[in-house]
Amino acid sequence: MSQKPLLELKSVSKNFGAVQALYKVDFRVFPGEVMALVGDNGAGKSTLIKGIAGIHTFNDGEVQFDGKPVSITSPRDSAALGIEVVYQDLALADNLDVVNNMFLGREKTTSFGTLDELSMESEALATLESLSVTTIRSVRQAVAGLSGGQRQAIAVAKAVMWNSKLVILDEPTAALGVAQTRQVLNLVRRLADRGLGVILISHNLHDVFEVADRVTVLRLGQDVGEHFVKETTQQKLVEAITAGELTHVPGMQEA
Amino acid sequence: MSNETETKQLKANAKPEEPTTFVAYIQRWFMRVRAGDLGSLPIILGLIVIAAIFGTLSEGIFFRERNFVNLLLQTSGVAAIAIGVVFVLLIAEIDLSVGFVSAVGGVIMTLLLRESHTDWPWWAAVGAALLAVLVIGLIHGIIITKASVPSFVVTLAGLLAWSGVVLILTTEFSTAGTIVIQDDIILGVANSYLPTNWSWIVFALIVAGYAIYELTQMNSMRQRNLASKPVSVIVAQVLSLAILAGATVWYANLDRGVPTSAVIVVIFAGIWTFVASRTKFGRYVYAVGGNPEAARRAGINVDGIRIACFMISSFMAGIGGIILASRLRSVDTNTGGNSLELNAIAAAVIGGTSLFGGTGKVTNAILGALIIASVDNGMGLMGWPSGVKFVVNGCVLLAAVLIDSISRRNRSASGLA
Repeated sequence: MSQKPLLELKSVSKNFGAVQALYKVDFRVFPGEVMALVGDNGAGKSTLIKGIAGIHTFNDGEVQFDGKPVSITSPRDSAALGIEVVYQDLALADNLDVVNNMFLGREKTTSFGTLDELSMESEALATLESLSVTTIRSVRQAVAGLSGGQRQAIAVAKAVMWNSKLVILDEPTAALGVAQTRQVLNLVRRLADRGLGVILISHNLHDVFEVADRVTVLRLGQDVGEHFVKETTQQKLVEAITAGELTHVPGMQEA
Repeated sequence: MSNETETKQLKANAKPEEPTTFVAYIQRWFMRVRAGDLGSLPIILGLIVIAAIFGTLSEGIFFRERNFVNLLLQTSGVAAIAIGVVFVLLIAEIDLSVGFVSAVGGVIMTLLLRESHTDWPWWAAVGAALLAVLVIGLIHGIIITKASVPSFVVTLAGLLAWSGVVLILTTEFSTAGTIVIQDDIILGVANSYLPTNWSWIVFALIVAGYAIYELTQMNSMRQRNLASKPVSVIVAQVLSLAILAGATVWYANLDRGVPTSAVIVVIFAGIWTFVASRTKFGRYVYAVGGNPEAARRAGINVDGIRIACFMISSFMAGIGGIILASRLRSVDTNTGGNSLELNAIAAAVIGGTSLFGGTGKVTNAILGALIIASVDNGMGLMGWPSGVKFVVNGCVLLAAVLIDSISRRNRSASGLA
């Protein structure tokens, strides 16, 4: 991990009116690593992610991408940088097939301006193949007929298809069974092995220990620790999540 | 598991799903039907049942060439409107105003054509009428999207308001409430027929176009090593189209011929099928109907798509209004009435377009309109009182929706949709 971080947040803060959602958070992701983001409900995980994705902007602090300071003010900005977010609800259209979902909003067209279904199908197959997604039997079946794990795989494949550099996964295993969770975690690992930076939000420490390289713990809007997964234990993480030391007590006026 | 074996598995898994032989194709079709994916099967069976019933009751009059051509004429107007309704149903909205919007289109065209007053050429009158209905669709769409008022309410208000406009225009500009169309070309829309040789040329173009499209599609899929339909299936599909269309043309030619209005409807069905299935816009319509949030996040202008669908609905209503006006050779205070909008919506729904958005086909709306027209036509032949007609029409619509909802339940049980 000697190279420079792919994404670096320096002391970012976000408040919604009187509510301080994030306070001076530092956060780094390197290319080729899975960075887990853990914390209790209301710890600010979603706020942090939305800031990176451009859904809202941080009030304070600096964001660097690939070593350069950037300003992300809209989802379009983050997409242009190569940041893709797979939200928990996946946002797939059930009535469309796998190919159509993967290309939704970025369809390929022929020189006549009509949809180029064939090259989209080839490319979708190639992407799924490169991610070793083996469980989808036909890319021309409607997404409605797929299992939770398969849908997650489609959403991830959709996110990595656009030369993305950083993929953010919001609770990708929350609704999955044992076997499907395994498949998705394997997929997450493969993304990092391809050199992408991955941010994995999870409530499930078991998943974190299985797939992540490092983990950042948020508590009440502040980062209370960044650990190498190999050098920490579930016990320590739980302590950090529930009782990590805060530099700033919420509700107290700053001096 | 190593990457290589997984890749092999993907190939082994991905390909056999698409059947490669004729028999396998038929088997899969049967499987899908049993799983509840009925396609256009219920409509075709429904048409056969309706034809059998009225054929027997009318002692064969229903099947006569003359009645067959009448049936095509009766179908055209409603079919044109139903094609537009499909687009609003696809985005999970509804347009109750289409009946009277079609009447507004017909009345404006007829008024502009009057020789004693404006005496516009037919194309200018048609253009003005279509422009007017497009603006109506735009107004509906903007109110529905920008003010977030349910389409049900906005178009119900439209139904009332536009029926009033029709009444005002027809009583204002005529003494008896009836305005006669004098333009030969417009009269010809629903009162002229393709000459026999032309009807066969159109037939040949349609069948050849379909065959060429399917074959080139198969060819490029094979070149890219994607699963494609076997040749035998394509041959069977082209043959069934040829037989069905050929029988229609031949039988219509025994009487007056294929009505011009039917050709107009087929052309529009072709255009809108192309738009729905081969363009980005069409893809976005289905996406907005399936999951508006997903569409929004994919960067699709959801409101723009919605507004465009209401404009398509109004536009096709205008086309239908022109066909209906031509058929009656006039417009009057009653134009657009007789629950025309409900017939058009029923045609789209009977054609398999879901009221919940996201699924449906433009062409099936024509089959739906054919069912509505057949029932109307049959009951007309039998001279049944209008009370009975309404009851029967209601039952037909209910039956169609019941079949849809039962097959949907089977589909979700077998994971198809």
